[in-house]
Amino acid sequence: MTTSAIKKPASRSWRVVDIVVAALIAIAGGVIFWAWSQGATALSGPIKIVYPPLTGLLAGGWMIPAVLGMLIIRKPGAAVFCETVAATGELFMGSPYGTSVLFSGFVQGLGAEIIFAIFVYRKFNLPASLLAGAAAGLFCGLNDAFAPWGWNVADSGEYKLVYIVCTVISGAIIAGALAWIATRGLAKTGVLSSFASRKAATEPVFS
Amino acid sequence: MPAPSHAAAPHTVRPAAVTARGWGWRHAGRAKPAVHALDLDISPGERVLLLGPSGAGKSTLLHALAGVLGDTDDDGGAGESDETGSLLVDGGSPRGQRGRAGLMQQDPETQVVLSRVADDVAFGAENLAVPRDAIWPRVHEALADVGLSHLPLDHPTSALSGGQKQRLALAGILAMRPGLILLDEPTANLDPAGVLDVRDAVARCLDKTGATLVVVEHRVSVWKDLVDRIVVLQPGSGASPAVLLEGPPDRVLAEARTMLTAAGVWVPGYVPSTRGRAAEQTPGAGSLLLAAENLAVSRQRPRRKGFRKVPPVPVQEGITAQVRAGQALAVTGPNGAGKSTFALTLAGLLEPVSGAVSATTDLSRGAGITPYQWKAEQLIERIGTVFQEPEHQFVTGKVLDELLFGPRHLGHGEDRVDELLERLRLTHLVDANPYTLSGGEKRRLSVATVLAASPQVLVLDEPTFGQDANTWAELASFLSELLDAGTAVVSVTHDAEFTAALGGTELKLAAAEAVAP
Amino acid sequence: MRQELNLRGNAALLARANPLSKLAAVVLITVVLALSIDWVSASVALFFELLLFPLAGLTLALLWQRGWPLILAAAVGGWSTSILAPDSGRTLIDAGIWTMSEGSLETGVGFLLRGLAIALPAILLVSCTDPTDLADALAQKARLPHRFVLGTLAAMRLVGLMAEEWQTIGMARRARGVGSRGSVLQRVKATLGQSFGLLVQAIRRASRLAVTMEARGFGGGPRTWARESAYSLLDAWVLAGGLVMAGVAVTAAVSAGTWNMVWAGN
Ligand SMILES: Nc1ncnc2c1ncn2[C@@H]1O[C@H](COP(=O)(O)OP(=O)(O)OP(=O)(O)O)[C@@H](O)[C@H]1O
Ligand SMILES: Nc1ncnc2c1ncn2[C@@H]1O[C@H](COP(=O)(O)OP(=O)(O)OP(=O)(O)O)[C@@H](O)[C@H]1O
Ligand SMILES: [Mg+2]
Ligand SMILES: [Mg+2]
Repeated sequence: MTTSAIKKPASRSWRVVDIVVAALIAIAGGVIFWAWSQGATALSGPIKIVYPPLTGLLAGGWMIPAVLGMLIIRKPGAAVFCETVAATGELFMGSPYGTSVLFSGFVQGLGAEIIFAIFVYRKFNLPASLLAGAAAGLFCGLNDAFAPWGWNVADSGEYKLVYIVCTVISGAIIAGALAWIATRGLAKTGVLSSFASRKAATEPVFS
Repeated sequence: MPAPSHAAAPHTVRPAAVTARGWGWRHAGRAKPAVHALDLDISPGERVLLLGPSGAGKSTLLHALAGVLGDTDDDGGAGESDETGSLLVDGGSPRGQRGRAGLMQQDPETQVVLSRVADDVAFGAENLAVPRDAIWPRVHEALADVGLSHLPLDHPTSALSGGQKQRLALAGILAMRPGLILLDEPTANLDPAGVLDVRDAVARCLDKTGATLVVVEHRVSVWKDLVDRIVVLQPGSGASPAVLLEGPPDRVLAEARTMLTAAGVWVPGYVPSTRGRAAEQTPGAGSLLLAAENLAVSRQRPRRKGFRKVPPVPVQEGITAQVRAGQALAVTGPNGAGKSTFALTLAGLLEPVSGAVSATTDLSRGAGITPYQWKAEQLIERIGTVFQEPEHQFVTGKVLDELLFGPRHLGHGEDRVDELLERLRLTHLVDANPYTLSGGEKRRLSVATVLAASPQVLVLDEPTFGQDANTWAELASFLSELLDAGTAVVSVTHDAEFTAALGGTELKLAAAEAVAP
Repeated sequence: MRQELNLRGNAALLARANPLSKLAAVVLITVVLALSIDWVSASVALFFELLLFPLAGLTLALLWQRGWPLILAAAVGGWSTSILAPDSGRTLIDAGIWTMSEGSLETGVGFLLRGLAIALPAILLVSCTDPTDLADALAQKARLPHRFVLGTLAAMRLVGLMAEEWQTIGMARRARGVGSRGSVLQRVKATLGQSFGLLVQAIRRASRLAVTMEARGFGGGPRTWARESAYSLLDAWVLAGGLVMAGVAVTAAVSAGTWNMVWAGN
């Protein structure tokens, strides 16, 4: 029996299973959000007509793949990869944003990725997830409000600000917290047995 | 377009040899090894049937031989995967020689990689860097070998039946020209005709290429005449060696019959004894609970075409059936006939395309005549449905909560849970996460959870699929007890012995007409 | 489940072009249209796009059948822009938080048309592009790492499966007494539970698929391609078409005096 006491960090390179699972999380995230949005249309329709910036509060759903993918795979690039793939999936399902959705996906993923990179891909706890979700939300809000293809580009200044604040909150809570909870739940079911995140359920929450 | 027949000269491959010396494997996060102290020699060209109870490590061994085991993200700490001894293919590590072995796993859906038939077959050859000009002849040859050459090359793989998918997976393996073919329960969810199709395709390919074969299957009779040797594994206890016994099929089956049946292996001609019904049943006895009249069923919901609603094309039409208290109804028919779809419609989970499912007052007890419109709480104490895939029905993180879930919602019946736990041998697992149970345990749990709400009608989809003979007998006995107690049992199954064990009436659904994709 | 927009077995002319050239043309049009919110450039582009429909095998009926949610989304986007955009000119509506003026209405209408003109070419692209061909092109022509491209392609194939699975899990949970009806909170809870079930199945499936792929030699060294992704004369036409559309739209808007750079407006 080999019971080596030396703790070597998990490999940083992507295995086939990392790629396929990450891609599927991204796409499943798309499917889930699509189903979710069916229920949410009842909610977002009126909001959109009454006070549009608040729709930013629902934006977090789009950024779940970025945080969830990273929390499960724990490899550099996971957030950007998952979110871009999710956007590609949305493009194929038919997106009101056209091909610009690819750029939005990339940018949102980048937001989350930066946070995990700052932690040198060693912290996957609740604070890191919340921050990553918030950063993804921030980038999402900035993209929507200032990129030429953004849907809020024509809004006036204060609306843009409200919208961005909404996406940040939504990103932190829906994408950050939910993804973190989901990862712990998944780890308990044993499906993560071949990933570095298989012990996520027993890891400390804050450190 | 029909595939042009590129009759390439029959190729031969160099069959592979397997040697295991004290080989063992423990999965990451597991306390016990899945395989322990395995000594095994398989000579080139030999055909081996691997048997053993659920959890004996059969799949683990096949994965190791295919070189796809042990790629976990280990951090070297305690609880990581662990290999002992040696396992060699042609004298070398299997991991370094991908492509030497071709592996077919059990779930047909995950055997298909790409969405067009020809692409999927070519995938393996592409990965082995076979030059483009050499790939296409291989694709045509492989498709012909498995009997799929009538399909257009760009036929969508999603439009294939389960049996066709299995044969496609076989073609994908053959196109790599492997010296070792590894099949993990290749026929588990196929109807009897599909089973023979796959078996024959395998036989043809082996005769042609001479490759070595290792096949895992619970039902021995299908493969008995094709293999040279049977190897029986036992679960890795950490003490005894992995191979329980081995030898030529006839000898093993004759000498070790009792040992095999005790281990839950389906040996030919053996039907485990089950508890019979208390009294002789006359068809039509028992009060009518549920009736299907001129029913047409489909999984698809009505589509919206602009503002119009277009009803889906039904997979089955004109089904008429009656469900009576204390009576079993078996729904049978080939793959894709719409058995599951019918069962789900009968159980109030799908809306009929046309026709009606109606509950009598004995069953509805004031909830209305149409089960589809019942509230979820009303449904579970009237009709309980056990899905083919137990995992679909888990709603909590603990076995005990899972069982208490129904009764808690209903506000009564919690006292029944202990008895169910006892009866279905789940007591020692009350704190486990349902998803981590073994296949047989998951099946028993899903039956128990549905029964906890004490439904009058029980609908089961393929309840015996993938079960070893012991679990099978237990389940059949338990159901016959329920029948005696007045529950109606509707089961969808390919399993003729199971139908016979429960008695009652049989509803045969004919093959659905091939609908253009 | 909404159907994928891709038309199976589409034999239209544009289906034969290389996906990369189509993608490049569509991205070009998208970027150019995005630069200005005005109804002229958007309408001109829309006009061209509708002309191209037959070449991509699309009809208006098909578009409506599959694309109506997008059209709805564009309309709502137009509305919200017209009440949120900076006001100018005569005020049309003023009801507390809602203000709509001539200026903001014009922006809103331009926004609506522009939204459609950006969404439509993507629909056009997707309806005549097979994901497999796109992956081939991305890996062979754009030289993206083939492991990632093919891994994603294989996962994408599971999407249809997941959609079926979603329905099945929903039924299975109803059979356990988890209602999808009830109060909003109950429904949200039910949806979350169902999503979790789907995720578990998805990861399990994907892990098994990865094993299948590895067992077929995937992930190792260099690989060959059974089908070559190639450019043809058609691709030159596609690119030229994209350039012409973008060019005419801009010229029309500039000469009509409506060209309105996004950032310049405020
Ligand atoms: N990836 C995995 N991670 C952790 N444990 C595993 C993994 N795969 C299998 N095991 C465990 O290893 C043991 C042997 O499993 P294996 O799948 O090889 O059994 P099997 O003989 O194929 O059973 P069955 O007939 O049910 O398919 C089981 O206890 C199983 O739970
Ligand atoms: N979830 C689903 N969504 C849409 N169509 C489906 C779904 N599941 C099955 N089908 C299709 O419906 C038809 C009937 O399927 P069904 O599962 O009822 O057959 P079955 O008789 O139970 O077959 P099997 O013996 O393979 O279980 C098939 O043509 C199948 O392709
Ligand atoms: Mg197995
Ligand atoms: Mg079925």
